[in-house]
Amino acid sequence: MNITLSIIYLIATVTFVIGLKMLGHPETAKKGNLIAAAGMILAIIGTIFLHDFEVPSINYILIGVALLIGTVVGWLIAIKVEMTKMPELVSLFNGFGGASAMLIGIVEYGNNVGDAMQTSTVIAAIAIGSITFTGSLIAWAKLNGSMKDIRLPKYNLLNNIVLLGLIAFSTYIVMMGGNHLFLIYILLFASLVYGILFVIPIGGADMPVVISLLNSLTGIAAAITGILYGNMVMLVGGILVGSAGLILTFVMCDAMNRSLSNVIFGAFGGGGDTGGIAAVGKTGGTVKKTTASDSAILLNYANKVVIVPGYGLAVAQAQHVIHELELLLTSKGVDVSYAIHPVAGRMPGHMNVLLAESNVDYDKLIEMDDINPQFANTDVVLVVGANDVVNPAAHNDPSSPIYGMPILDVENAKHIIINKRSMNAGYAGIQNELFFNQKTSMLFGDAKAALTDLVSELKNM
Amino acid sequence: MNMNELLEFISNNLELIYILILAVFIGVELIKNVPSVLHTPLMSGANALSGVVIVGALLVMLQANPKDYLSLGLGFIAVVLGIINVIGGFAVTDRMLQMFKKKK
Repeated sequence: MNITLSIIYLIATVTFVIGLKMLGHPETAKKGNLIAAAGMILAIIGTIFLHDFEVPSINYILIGVALLIGTVVGWLIAIKVEMTKMPELVSLFNGFGGASAMLIGIVEYGNNVGDAMQTSTVIAAIAIGSITFTGSLIAWAKLNGSMKDIRLPKYNLLNNIVLLGLIAFSTYIVMMGGNHLFLIYILLFASLVYGILFVIPIGGADMPVVISLLNSLTGIAAAITGILYGNMVMLVGGILVGSAGLILTFVMCDAMNRSLSNVIFGAFGGGGDTGGIAAVGKTGGTVKKTTASDSAILLNYANKVVIVPGYGLAVAQAQHVIHELELLLTSKGVDVSYAIHPVAGRMPGHMNVLLAESNVDYDKLIEMDDINPQFANTDVVLVVGANDVVNPAAHNDPSSPIYGMPILDVENAKHIIINKRSMNAGYAGIQNELFFNQKTSMLFGDAKAALTDLVSELKNM
Repeated sequence: MNMNELLEFISNNLELIYILILAVFIGVELIKNVPSVLHTPLMSGANALSGVVIVGALLVMLQANPKDYLSLGLGFIAVVLGIINVIGGFAVTDRMLQMFKKKK
């Protein structure tokens, strides 16, 4: 390989490591992202111009066209997308990365026949790439609401059989050796199907885990193509993403007190029936309804208010009005902060991005472990569109599917106002006894409408 | 594939394997203690990094015979998807981090 190109790849690899490191700290994150981007562009330009192949000009033209189309499309998506749509976007991009690895694998199969190791690498690229591709598209469709969770009968068994079949079939192709493009197409098809089967039963509150996992898989797919070409920048870049995604996956699992296999192989509700029914029997009691004006009075005379945002806030696009409420209360001398549960929303850190978009001060977003001791001296907790992350069943109902999950201890506060659209259970499908707590009042309605009412009531005080 | 082939692969690619293992550790160490505020930007930044697969897609197109329409076509799609991943990923991460910065 051209020595200049090798050096460029080396530099790019270092920028990836430094960039990722800087992305992990609030002060340096922005710069880190740009450093990694610069390294990536350097690697791309180097690859195109500093190689040892004889390249016909038509190939160059096509490369130029492809880069131009992709750059324009990618750029437009990036500047147009709403911040509430970030989970969908990350899923979509994950899918693109996976598809890219899959296509490379298909082309490279023919060039590597006869070398068992290379063939295994190609097969791994095709399988993981296509699983990531269809899996991400399904996740994307679920997140934008165009697809519901689907549980085929015996889906766990079915999925595991397909997965084992895939592994066995891959091994068979490698063992056979020789050029069997037809078998590769079968493998491709089976992997695409598995990607669908693997994500369709998982949904709702488990989405952050799925997205993290798919993110990790895209990285692994990239790393595998790196092995295929003996290309260090691809290998290291891919592995970094793979391990980073895996860490996030486990952080998300910890935040829900569930194991990864439990998320993948056992969707919430233990098959869909037992959990929900058991929990409903324990609740009962009456729900206290409240109005915007009563809630406004409560908030107005509080010293300390904690807002607990959840996915409902994102759905209702209520991030701006909640910030208005926060400013209004602050101007009245109320101490306001936000309690952020690690899995609130549909991807890791979803609430932070959403609130940052509406200019909420970063220091007001408090993580779970820091805010929990503060609830005891909080006058009013305002829960907006969150449910499972404040469900006390996680502490005191061993039969509950979310038992053991760390939650925000809002029940320790003096008053709790919960804004919800209806009494429907959360994504986990579990009833929440917090709604029946004596200290709780329910403010029903769409988050945006309800908060807007609250704000106008407060203004009149 | 048999045991000998595997051992031969390992001895031929020892450096690659070293790098792979060390990279796993670096990745884990880099991400371990990231505050949850940064989880989304981190994920979308990492997502953009995984677009490095485009280097492979470019290699496919550079080496393809112009008569080999299948390789060229698949490579073309792979390059388009890869660069969308790269440009879109980094740009949207930057936009997101911009919002974090405004206040403070």
